[in-house]
Amino acid sequence: MENQLKNDFEKIVKTSGFSKKDIDIKKNYLNKFIKKGFPNRKLENWKFSDINQIIKKNIGDLDFYNDYSFTNKIDSSIFVNGLEHNKIVFINGRIEKIEFNYEDDDKIEILDEVEFKDKHDFENSLIDLNNAFTNKHYKIVVKENYSLKKPLIIYHSTNENLQLKNINLRLDFLLKKNSCLKLIDISDDISKKNFINTIYNFELNQDSILKNYKIDHKINSNIKYSFNNIEQDINSVSETFILSSGSSFIKNEINCNLNGKYASAFINGIFSLNEKRHHEIRTSVNHLIDNTKSYQLIKSVLENDSKSVYQGKIFVNSDAQKTDGYQLSKAILLSENAEFNAKPELEIYADDVKCSHGSASGSLNQESIFYLMSRGLNYKKAKELLVNGFLLDVIEKITDLEVRNLVKNLIGVKE
Amino acid sequence: MREKELEKLKDYKYGFSTDIETIKAPKGLNEEIIKFISNIKKEPDWMLDWRLKAFNRLKVLKEPNWQKPKYPKIDYQDIYYYSAPKNVSEKPKNLEDLDPKILETYNKLGIPLQEQKRLNGIAVDAVFDSVSVATTFKDKLTEKGIIFCSISEAIQKHPDLIKKYLGTVIPITDHFFATLNSAVFTDGSFVYVPPNTRCPMELSTYFRINASDTGQFERTLIIADKGSYVSYLEGCTAPMRDENQLHAANVELIALDDAEIKYSTVQNWYPGDKDGKGGIYNFVTKRGLCKGKNSKISWTQVETGSAITWKYPSCILKGDNSVGEFYSIAITNNHQKADTGTKMIHLGKNTKSKIISKGISAGFSDMTYRGLVDISNKAHNSNNYTQCDSLLMGNKCGAHTVPYIKNKNLDSNIAHEATTSKISEEQLHYCQQRGLNTEEAVGLIVNGFCKEVLQQLPMEFAVEAQKLVGISLEGSVG
Repeated sequence: MENQLKNDFEKIVKTSGFSKKDIDIKKNYLNKFIKKGFPNRKLENWKFSDINQIIKKNIGDLDFYNDYSFTNKIDSSIFVNGLEHNKIVFINGRIEKIEFNYEDDDKIEILDEVEFKDKHDFENSLIDLNNAFTNKHYKIVVKENYSLKKPLIIYHSTNENLQLKNINLRLDFLLKKNSCLKLIDISDDISKKNFINTIYNFELNQDSILKNYKIDHKINSNIKYSFNNIEQDINSVSETFILSSGSSFIKNEINCNLNGKYASAFINGIFSLNEKRHHEIRTSVNHLIDNTKSYQLIKSVLENDSKSVYQGKIFVNSDAQKTDGYQLSKAILLSENAEFNAKPELEIYADDVKCSHGSASGSLNQESIFYLMSRGLNYKKAKELLVNGFLLDVIEKITDLEVRNLVKNLIGVKE
Repeated sequence: MREKELEKLKDYKYGFSTDIETIKAPKGLNEEIIKFISNIKKEPDWMLDWRLKAFNRLKVLKEPNWQKPKYPKIDYQDIYYYSAPKNVSEKPKNLEDLDPKILETYNKLGIPLQEQKRLNGIAVDAVFDSVSVATTFKDKLTEKGIIFCSISEAIQKHPDLIKKYLGTVIPITDHFFATLNSAVFTDGSFVYVPPNTRCPMELSTYFRINASDTGQFERTLIIADKGSYVSYLEGCTAPMRDENQLHAANVELIALDDAEIKYSTVQNWYPGDKDGKGGIYNFVTKRGLCKGKNSKISWTQVETGSAITWKYPSCILKGDNSVGEFYSIAITNNHQKADTGTKMIHLGKNTKSKIISKGISAGFSDMTYRGLVDISNKAHNSNNYTQCDSLLMGNKCGAHTVPYIKNKNLDSNIAHEATTSKISEEQLHYCQQRGLNTEEAVGLIVNGFCKEVLQQLPMEFAVEAQKLVGISLEGSVG
């Protein structure tokens, strides 16, 4: 793999117009990645999902070079109907379109010459890989006191031309004081057997609000990794919702640093899996200062041979008195071979805090099924109704009405 | 000088050391030492082979380092692996032959070995440094067919049982510390309860590390045959010394059909002084196997001592309908560190497990609950309930919860909950208003917090443990 990586990297250096300085930085990241390789189960973080094995088994040898000199045709059928929105369209990892039609021109700034600057070293080789191979690095800035009128939808789509490739995407967002961004990620994949590595960095200034809805619904055989790093200042709010259902493997990782007082972070997620899908969500919320709040709710419905993993960590620094942290994960196993793994974790160094977590997994409650069947529903209907109610709990946490309806339609949950 | 010593003793009343002559093997870990231990214990050849096999395995094993409390590297060549009071190298036939100084030590610890003085009828096996010095109530137990003796004695007298069961729950190829123990274990207790027998009294072992620079490596094996019941208690103390001492014991429990084993520990090794100097490294491997149908293993532990506690008493629920329980109180104060919890591995059908863990950290200490619940896909209709609560006193200490939950079975349920909080102002105020001072109030509230676990202990131990909880937290408030 090492030679492949080096050759592909040379190709990229030749074809892209990176400055000498950028190339050096990227080379550094490449060497870091070569040293560590893809994460495997020996790393605590990847204990339940050995991505090294998963890539080997499902993809085999990856190709890291993508030719970005052609434009791809945008298939407008992927766009969401009935919801006015701004768009960013990625096709095969190339940005094809950035369109903010509904917003004031001077309120949103798109920077494309962004310096690589990682605030933290996450010791994560996939971030190194991403840094080494991303071809364009955009930063979207929402100006002070501006709230986007319509949501921004980022389409992550791939077409049949893409195969056995690794694509790396990276976007940075800066929400200035008292601004608001609603961001929806929708993936739509036709390609097979690729490894898609997406990294987002969010910086939330005072009083700003970020709502990020990540929707992975369309069935595909790609392996995905997505990492969100969220830095929050005073009184900012972040809401993240993850619908994890379509890809054959996806790991969503959310790292949230509550740096300012009264900041709060909400992370909710649904796993709705069947066949052999194996999905993971890992959240780590770091309460670094007093009076911050976080909440996580993750629910899984697992059919066939599917497997879901939730690793959630709440970290409370010794200065972070009056922290409020709550975390709950629940799973329903509907098949003999389904599997649910959880690792809810608390790491607490301050005493005046309220932190708790809970995790429950099991089958559908037989008594509830009996109750419904005695009222005339057949077994299938009764099961559906119970699963419906189970998931509705999470969907109701979505604060945006339009997105809530969108998600409901996608997974067929009724109120 | 004397006063100074007394002052020190106030904090840890078991901190005295007994001045007796000891026989020690030379320092270091090598084949010769293992042969020396095996020889002095008059072990048969198969036992020596077993030890050497473990030692060979140990050579390729690496010390684990994933635990939360880190410690300076241990020099395994700088430890005495065998230390015994001189005049008990031949185990005394009766208590009159025992060195009066040892008897006095145990009396000071509150464990009178003279049977006539016993009121509450607990059979005691006392382990002093590396050897078992006395076992009480032997006759009464023999009457029922119960074997309760030191493991060295069992190796000689009951080789069939030892061959059949030793190392079946903790194999010699297990992790570093378990394998180290398999190679160099010096003594420990052995219990065999024959079929359909209810052990008429509590069995108990008191471990005492006396010599300096000594590691204590004891091995306990308890076998409950079909339909039997046994309750076993374990207590530990050590004198105060400035260096860290290693304690790496292995405990294996085996419950056959319909048998029940209840294992209680009150661990009060020397925790080190206020600045974290000295203290015992308590790296113990405890594992129980519910081998037969309807068997039950219950662990109860009160962990107040040791500089570092690192242990996970586990249950392997292999037999159908078997039950595993784990009740724990872990208290850390000053610079103590603990990384403890349990593993419940469900393999049989209709197996049930329950975990109640209470952690209290104060001062500069650090406490981690780490646990695993694994329900395999053949363990139909199994259930687990886990509750871990942590109480923090002050913001210089830490409390962490790291549970691993694996559910691979459709009809099984796992429920886990954990909370972390401090003693609420309202509760304190309520108690103070009724005339208790702050320390008494905290003691009362903490005892209430621990009640669920304390209730599981046998009566005599519960009282002791309750006091211990109070003592361990002294000076942590205000």
